Amino acid sequence: MDRKIVIPGELLSENEQNAGLGTYVEEGKVYSSLYGVLNIKNKVDVIPFSGKYIPRAKDYVIGTVVDITSSNWFFDVRAPYTGMLHVSEYPKRVESSQMSDLLDIGDSAILRVKDVDQSMKVELTLRERGLKRIKIGRVIEIPPSKVPRIIGHGGSMVSMLKKETKCEIFVGQNGRIWINGPEENLDQLTDAIRLIVKESHIHGLTDRIYEFLTDKKSNVDVDSYASPGDDIKFQEDDEIPDDIHRKIDALLDSSED
Amino acid sequence: MSDKPDKFIDDSGLRLDGRRVDEIRPMKIDIGVLSRADGSCYLEWGKNKVLAAVYGPRTLHPRRKQIPDAALIRYRYNMASFSVEDRIRPGPSRRSVEISKVSAEAFEPVVLTKFYPNTVIDIFTEIIQADAGTRTAAINAASIALADAGVPMKGLVSACAVGKVDGQLVLDLNKDEDNFGAADLPVAMTQDGEITLIQMDGNLTQEEFKEAIEMVRVGCMEILEIQKRALYTKFGDDPSFDLTEEDLSDIQSDEQLIDEDADNPVNEDDEGLNEPGDIDPDEKKINGEEDLDGESDEQ
Repeated sequence: MDRKIVIPGELLSENEQNAGLGTYVEEGKVYSSLYGVLNIKNKVDVIPFSGKYIPRAKDYVIGTVVDITSSNWFFDVRAPYTGMLHVSEYPKRVESSQMSDLLDIGDSAILRVKDVDQSMKVELTLRERGLKRIKIGRVIEIPPSKVPRIIGHGGSMVSMLKKETKCEIFVGQNGRIWINGPEENLDQLTDAIRLIVKESHIHGLTDRIYEFLTDKKSNVDVDSYASPGDDIKFQEDDEIPDDIHRKIDALLDSSED
Repeated sequence: MSDKPDKFIDDSGLRLDGRRVDEIRPMKIDIGVLSRADGSCYLEWGKNKVLAAVYGPRTLHPRRKQIPDAALIRYRYNMASFSVEDRIRPGPSRRSVEISKVSAEAFEPVVLTKFYPNTVIDIFTEIIQADAGTRTAAINAASIALADAGVPMKGLVSACAVGKVDGQLVLDLNKDEDNFGAADLPVAMTQDGEITLIQMDGNLTQEEFKEAIEMVRVGCMEILEIQKRALYTKFGDDPSFDLTEEDLSDIQSDEQLIDEDADNPVNEDDEGLNEPGDIDPDEKKINGEEDLDGESDEQ
């Protein structure tokens, strides 16, 4: 069954104890404040279809440098507010003159939100394991509201994507995803992520994405068996196939486009 | 357009365009039509064609306009120069600036601006084709565009006009009725029937005014149903929609069906299946008399 779509102002619960994310309480009743899908667990939440990313402390984000001052880098984190990375939050000591050598305007990095104050001043940090400047791979953007769908329940979706495409994936809370791996797998992964975004409100998503990823592989098998020629036999050999699979995937991908 | 029709309502009680006095024009809504906007809506209402786009919340410049604990709502109402029969001068006019201001205020009570300090939510509405009631059409479109943009709101805003022609009150004026009628009263309200915009042109007696508010209340609820339907069916004929409808009727347990509206040919699309006139009797009370008096001096 598909999830229930709710619109702003829709009555969700008579009990104000149930008020969760994306809701508001008026006269003891819970109403939706967003246009999205209803999610009832302990509380009644509304997961929006769209919306801007609002930074919160401890979020992992992917940002792009937009400005450098004497002691701060300013990052675009796809929020209404720019993020600030002070030089003291860089893993090592940095002189003011070196700042643009380490992180120049246009460079991206995986960061963590250290703190967000009342006036929405966003402080970022790089002083943590796994946080770094992005040198290779790709960054793709999705609506921030779809991030939980990419991750899946307890990370089920993202680990399945990693396993099936053999790519590195890092999902920022701000809807930027860094992926790295062989080019052809990146294309496939990008397609899979686009599909997740498109069909995120329909149930059984992880299974369908799994089918989407494995389907492409089985297509490759069928095609290669069907086509004449000696080289097919390579397919049955366990030593080579991965690489060839990928190449044929890429061919299939490009011919589909 | 200079000739005034002899009669606006014929002997069988129908108007020039064949509508009954309490009937709104057919409305068509498309959601998410602009790729670059955070939320957008294209709305056709009779011969009106309106495009609404929402951007934001985003950083507000100039900074002196920032509100430290809330988002600013910036609303632009603009008529395209070709939207009316005689080309109008492009750019802001006295009229469009006024409409922009009151329309922005129509959304302030419903948008939960406190979540986005120091930002702005930009709403742009462009009238592509005009046939009376463009400010109400723009508000209806903007309301959907805000929901599409994922802006948190207490509820949708619906707007409709009521007026007087041939000494009789009529809902949702068309061009002729607007030009030659005795009064025009555009109203925007929330789902609870709280009025967030009211303006008046012309004259109505106190009794007529009260009756007009009741008529427009029913009209706005019809429009709210059309807006809801448009949002529910954005992702195609969603099977979950049936469930939603049932749930809705469970929620509104005391709802009262207005019989005349049951066969209402208002909607060409599947919206026509809906009973647009469902309103809660409790909502019928006028809960904004002071508001009305306070704002009705804007003519």
